[in-house]
Amino acid sequence: MSGHSTYQPKTAFTRWLDTRLPIMRLGWDTFIDYPTPRNLNYWYTFGAILSLMLVVQIISGVVLAMHYTANAKEAFASVEHIMRDVNYGWLIRYTHANGASMFFVAVYIHMLRSLYYGSYKAPREVLWILGCVIYLLMMATAFMGYVLPWGQMSFHGAVVITNLLGAFPIVGETITTMLWGGFAVDNPTLNRFYSLHYLLPFMIAGVTVLHVWALHVTGQNNPTGVDPKSKHDTLPFTPYATVKDGFAIAVFLILFSVLIFYLPNALGHADNYVPANPLVTPAHIVPEWYFLPFYAILRAVPDKLMGVLAMFGAIACLFVLPWLDTSKVRSMRYRPMAKVYFVVFVIACIVLGFCGAKLPDDQVIPGLTTFKLMESDLNSWVWLSRIGTLYYFAYFLVILPVLGLVERPLPTPETIATPALSHPAAVPAEAVAAPEMKG
Amino acid sequence: MLRKVSVLAAALVLMAGPALASGGAEHPRNIAYSFDGPFGKFDQAQLQRGYKVYREVCSACHSMSLLAFRNLGDKGGPFYDAKYKNSNDNPYVKAIAAEYQINDIDSETGDPIQRPGTSADRFPAPFPNEAAARASNGGALPPDLSVMAKARHGGPAYIASLLAGYRNPPAGLTVPTGQYYNPYMPGDVSSAWTGSHEHIPPGGFIAMPPPLAPGKVTFDDGKPSTIDQQAKDVSAFLMWAAEPKLEERKRMGFAVMIYLLLFTSLLYASYRRVWRNESH
Repeated sequence: MSGHSTYQPKTAFTRWLDTRLPIMRLGWDTFIDYPTPRNLNYWYTFGAILSLMLVVQIISGVVLAMHYTANAKEAFASVEHIMRDVNYGWLIRYTHANGASMFFVAVYIHMLRSLYYGSYKAPREVLWILGCVIYLLMMATAFMGYVLPWGQMSFHGAVVITNLLGAFPIVGETITTMLWGGFAVDNPTLNRFYSLHYLLPFMIAGVTVLHVWALHVTGQNNPTGVDPKSKHDTLPFTPYATVKDGFAIAVFLILFSVLIFYLPNALGHADNYVPANPLVTPAHIVPEWYFLPFYAILRAVPDKLMGVLAMFGAIACLFVLPWLDTSKVRSMRYRPMAKVYFVVFVIACIVLGFCGAKLPDDQVIPGLTTFKLMESDLNSWVWLSRIGTLYYFAYFLVILPVLGLVERPLPTPETIATPALSHPAAVPAEAVAAPEMKG
Repeated sequence: MLRKVSVLAAALVLMAGPALASGGAEHPRNIAYSFDGPFGKFDQAQLQRGYKVYREVCSACHSMSLLAFRNLGDKGGPFYDAKYKNSNDNPYVKAIAAEYQINDIDSETGDPIQRPGTSADRFPAPFPNEAAARASNGGALPPDLSVMAKARHGGPAYIASLLAGYRNPPAGLTVPTGQYYNPYMPGDVSSAWTGSHEHIPPGGFIAMPPPLAPGKVTFDDGKPSTIDQQAKDVSAFLMWAAEPKLEERKRMGFAVMIYLLLFTSLLYASYRRVWRNESH
């Protein structure tokens, strides 16, 4: 894909610059001339949406940092100072807080899209792993950011999550002491979380550059999973992808704005408007919604260390996914069985999310008592999360490896252009259209 | 296929809302506030009544330390007057501030003194410190009310329900000394309940005695001073105190929505035009 550059410097200055630092050429090759498969659908617009969200979060975050005080005694009041006394401070803070949620909405769709169309398979393994690194950094950043307002959920969430790392033998205690800057979550913890919360987004930006670089080396995958073979299969990034991404971004911004302006606290927790108090533990500590599936996996395992390992293992599965999936066919569009298992996987993730928000021993179906197994009634959220966890791991460790060997995929098209050009818009009326191939 | 999954996911997410708000307490009553909905605005007369309830009842025990007197005269606030763009000039604000005595240091001698409040001062706390607050309230700490309307599930409706919701404890419920039964208070009364385990009363115990009574506050606009009215007005006031920029936020949201809808239509039209000759 990173073929011959077609950039032609037009002015004396750009010709001069091009021989010294070909930055204009880089921009041209990346955002103007870059060939994109012509059949990309709206699921492929989330990369652009994510880039925008990273910029939104960094800009709003830098402005918030100008007004925020990272001190256990003053942090809560300084956030309220932003809400009340800083010009448009409420707008900046609500943008940043809801921006984190929208960022995760977009990244989850982006990841599921990769899973469905097999975008992690050769030759895009490094591209996929870089994406996983970004996701991991995002989770760390979001967690530390949620601690900064120093409300009740901030504080006790930090206590619960950092204590998990203490489950590791030998190194556990050292890790938690280093994270806390002492022997409990306190002012030093807040200070280092603030420092890291400011650092990590720039690391995300750095890895994003590598991610885009890797993308431009291998070229984009597409809904058919078939590599572009000729110029008929692709269209230049500008204007075709830019305008489609632009439209998708605008729709995404509408949803984002509904949250900011009309439901700014809908995804937050009321307890985080109570200043942190180490002596009072909230009745029900829950992480932000985007961590709930992993929280459910953690609690599904009765042993603390094994639970922590399961939680990290759930993310580790993503890193080795390119070598777990044995199928030669990329896109699940041509994998009738994999498609079904994928849908169940998405449902399992959502179910795990619900389990993470509930008290483990509450009943799933109210009023129904069955029998106890491993100290919990079968009709409980903890058992539902055990089933969900089992499926989550089975999907990666059993289903995908085995399915590639036993499944009989449907025939894949010769080229991207074959189904695309058989679209009713492109062919005369007598040709057969295949509506399910529509991108 | 993916489309079906996303629809299903959206439906599940919508169902999650009410499910998360469960608990042992009674659900807050349904109260219609003027600031509900996308075009909601604070009702200034209601905020003034609510402020009076706060001033004459709540502030005896509860601080509101994040608010300054000048906030009362800010746009959307209870004493906003278009004549005084700078709320520090607002005569109501000045008069209210002057009613309070503020601890300060004499700049000449360095001695601690008390002086009348100014519009720039914050609402002083009723107790000098937490220990004093607890000592005067049977060991319980009256929480700060600055962001109370955002710090409880159910928001202002919960506050109004709680304030007007005190009931005589049902027979069989032993209320601990210095505590009161309230069906809207989150908690668990099962250990104090001697009746059937199937019918544990909703709610919990609260250390605050019923604060409101009919006629306890005289409303200057002639509104009948019932417990329900006082509770509703003070909860609206506390919502304003917690989210003073609510009106500004919703007003800007409307403009942003119109802009984004136009911009999105324009981009969609551009998209259709750019792609008109390309199959995909």
